[in-house]
Amino acid sequence: MMAITVTEAAARRVSEFIAKRGHGVGLRLGVRTSGCSGMAYKLEFADEIEEGDLTFVDHGVTVLVDAKSLPYLDGMELDFTREGLNEGFKFNNPNVKNSCGCGESFNV
Amino acid sequence: MALLQISEPGLSTAPHQHRLAVGIDLGTTNSLVATVRNGVAVVLHDENGRALLPSVVRYQPEQPPVVGYAAQQVQAHDPYNTVVSVKRFMGRVLHDIADAGSFPYRFVDAPGMVQLRTADGVKSPVEVSADILRALRERAEHSLGGELTGAVITVPAYFDDAQRQATKDAARLAGLEVLRLLNEPTAAAIAYGLDNAAEGIYAVYDLGGGTFDISILRLSQGVFEVLATNGDSALGGDDFDQRLFCWMLEQARFPDLTAQDNRLLLNHARFAKEALTEHPETRITAVLSSGFTIDLTLTAVQFNEMTATLVSKTLSPVRRALRDAGLSTKDVQGVVMVGGATRMPCIQSAVATLFGQTPLNNLDPDKVVALGAAMQANVLAGNRREDDDWLLLDVTPLSLGIETMGGLVEKIIPRNTTIPVARAQEFTTYKDGQTAMSIHVLQGERELVSDCRSLARFELRGIPSMVAGAARIRVALQVDADGLLSVSAQELQTGVSAAVTVRPSFGLHDDDVSRMLQDGFNHAKEDMTARALQEARVEAGRLLDATQSALDEDGERLLDMDEFSEIVASMRELAECVPGMDYALIQQMTERLNQVTQTFAARRMNMRVREALAGQSVNDLMS
Repeated sequence: MMAITVTEAAARRVSEFIAKRGHGVGLRLGVRTSGCSGMAYKLEFADEIEEGDLTFVDHGVTVLVDAKSLPYLDGMELDFTREGLNEGFKFNNPNVKNSCGCGESFNV
Repeated sequence: MALLQISEPGLSTAPHQHRLAVGIDLGTTNSLVATVRNGVAVVLHDENGRALLPSVVRYQPEQPPVVGYAAQQVQAHDPYNTVVSVKRFMGRVLHDIADAGSFPYRFVDAPGMVQLRTADGVKSPVEVSADILRALRERAEHSLGGELTGAVITVPAYFDDAQRQATKDAARLAGLEVLRLLNEPTAAAIAYGLDNAAEGIYAVYDLGGGTFDISILRLSQGVFEVLATNGDSALGGDDFDQRLFCWMLEQARFPDLTAQDNRLLLNHARFAKEALTEHPETRITAVLSSGFTIDLTLTAVQFNEMTATLVSKTLSPVRRALRDAGLSTKDVQGVVMVGGATRMPCIQSAVATLFGQTPLNNLDPDKVVALGAAMQANVLAGNRREDDDWLLLDVTPLSLGIETMGGLVEKIIPRNTTIPVARAQEFTTYKDGQTAMSIHVLQGERELVSDCRSLARFELRGIPSMVAGAARIRVALQVDADGLLSVSAQELQTGVSAAVTVRPSFGLHDDDVSRMLQDGFNHAKEDMTARALQEARVEAGRLLDATQSALDEDGERLLDMDEFSEIVASMRELAECVPGMDYALIQQMTERLNQVTQTFAARRMNMRVREALAGQSVNDLMS
């Protein structure tokens, strides 16, 4: 069973941001090959569903993932958290073996 | 792991390549920093969740400056070293500051820009502003988790080149890349999305803590044009507190108040004012240091009555600005409210009545300028797609031109030209055989050089000798996207050109800024002041020597007792202040001595002429 989940905190923020942005069908998650440890996450607003996208809905938020990225993201949870003055989204991804110090790029 | 933000489609950044851009509202009373995260403009808070950073900096010897609330708290007991409202001094010489006497600072009149003497040395307004900007930069970098790509900093629409340059210099000192300077009313209009709205005339009513500004903007084809600005630099929300404070004194007939009591009552006045924004009535209770208790009830109606004159004081500049723009209130399509003081219902209703419409007030008026700046910074940093229809043009606030014969100004770039812009005009020589030309760059709307602001002066040499009017000299003025100016001049026949880097004659020079970056921040300014001081001392010494030898030679013959002692007294005064550090005083005393010796000098001259002529006939002299 392949799945991507969104925590309630993350879902609330995503809905809020999309509402303020005024348009968008959901969130696009993906991975790209780049960065110091091989792979990097992609986190973008989605304005349309593209061919080959897999769709997940959790806590009312639609998450789109392209088929190529899915194996790297399967089972992950998108969270929203605060660290000191900074706040933002966090990928809790069970597939990751190593990540660079900053955690922005990783390998599986 | 690092925290991620949602990007626009296709604009995810590579790891460590985030384009973190902020908008900064560098205010007279308070400053803010904002950014666009996850597609939404937000103001960044400090560790205590506060959005505002009071624009207050305190300097103590051998210690890093203290910025913000901590500095504000000690303002009353350390006024000399705690700088508030530094924005009023940016790009200004002492002579420009009409109300210098009303500030508690020890001003130092320096060439370029007024300076302030503090316990941590002499500080220029640029350095003080840089300390405020540095605090905001640090807050932003902590909040965004990385180094900033750049910042958009807002300035009042009426800021001239010198003030804009000073603001840019302050940003560089603070280690900020300035993506561009943006007019405050334009930023507020952007925050309300008016740039996407219908074309038309908008008014921006900005009542801050201590200043009031009204700007009339015209939006056409996505370009905001500043049609007129007006205001009152000594009117703001603080005056409402003050009025309420006076009312409290009248009501309660207090015994003598200490400074702490004053501060306490002013704070209570402010709380009461804020309470009346939400409630029709409020109670003021406080215990003074003497044990005396205050218990007053204030209604919104009473408050409105006692502050009615202040409210109407803001409306006259609004009418003047409209008149300057050749418009009436009916032409105004929307009114944007900026500044915390516009929360007062009496202000809201007065503005609504004047314009016959409800002003735009659903954004926080303290934050609206910073939010608009952040939105523009986000675009300039490349975080939005090009096909997003965002127009980011601005206009020159004042005309730019050069001086021509007779002290007149020839305008080359008229005010309200959209920037960036480059314009050129040809000039010629005035005299036969003239081989050099002085080019004097001016800013302003008036016709006479003396009424405009001098920005720069340079010389074009090597013009081939020819009859007057034959040489052709092309002068080009260029204003970049920040509203900053560069000028070049070229003689077209020979191609000789003045390698001109025009810098505003006010404000810090590029060299100064880079040197200051290198040697820490203080030495350059001290050098500058020291040099001015040294020059004044040399001149004073020269005059003292000359006067002394004149007195030795002719003092007894040509002066009566009173005159003699006046000169001697003046010499003593000058001699006493020469070793001091106050070069303005030395200059003043030098000038005084010059004046009191004028008659003496004239008599000596006459005597020398008589002696030279004695015993000679007119014929001898003519031959």
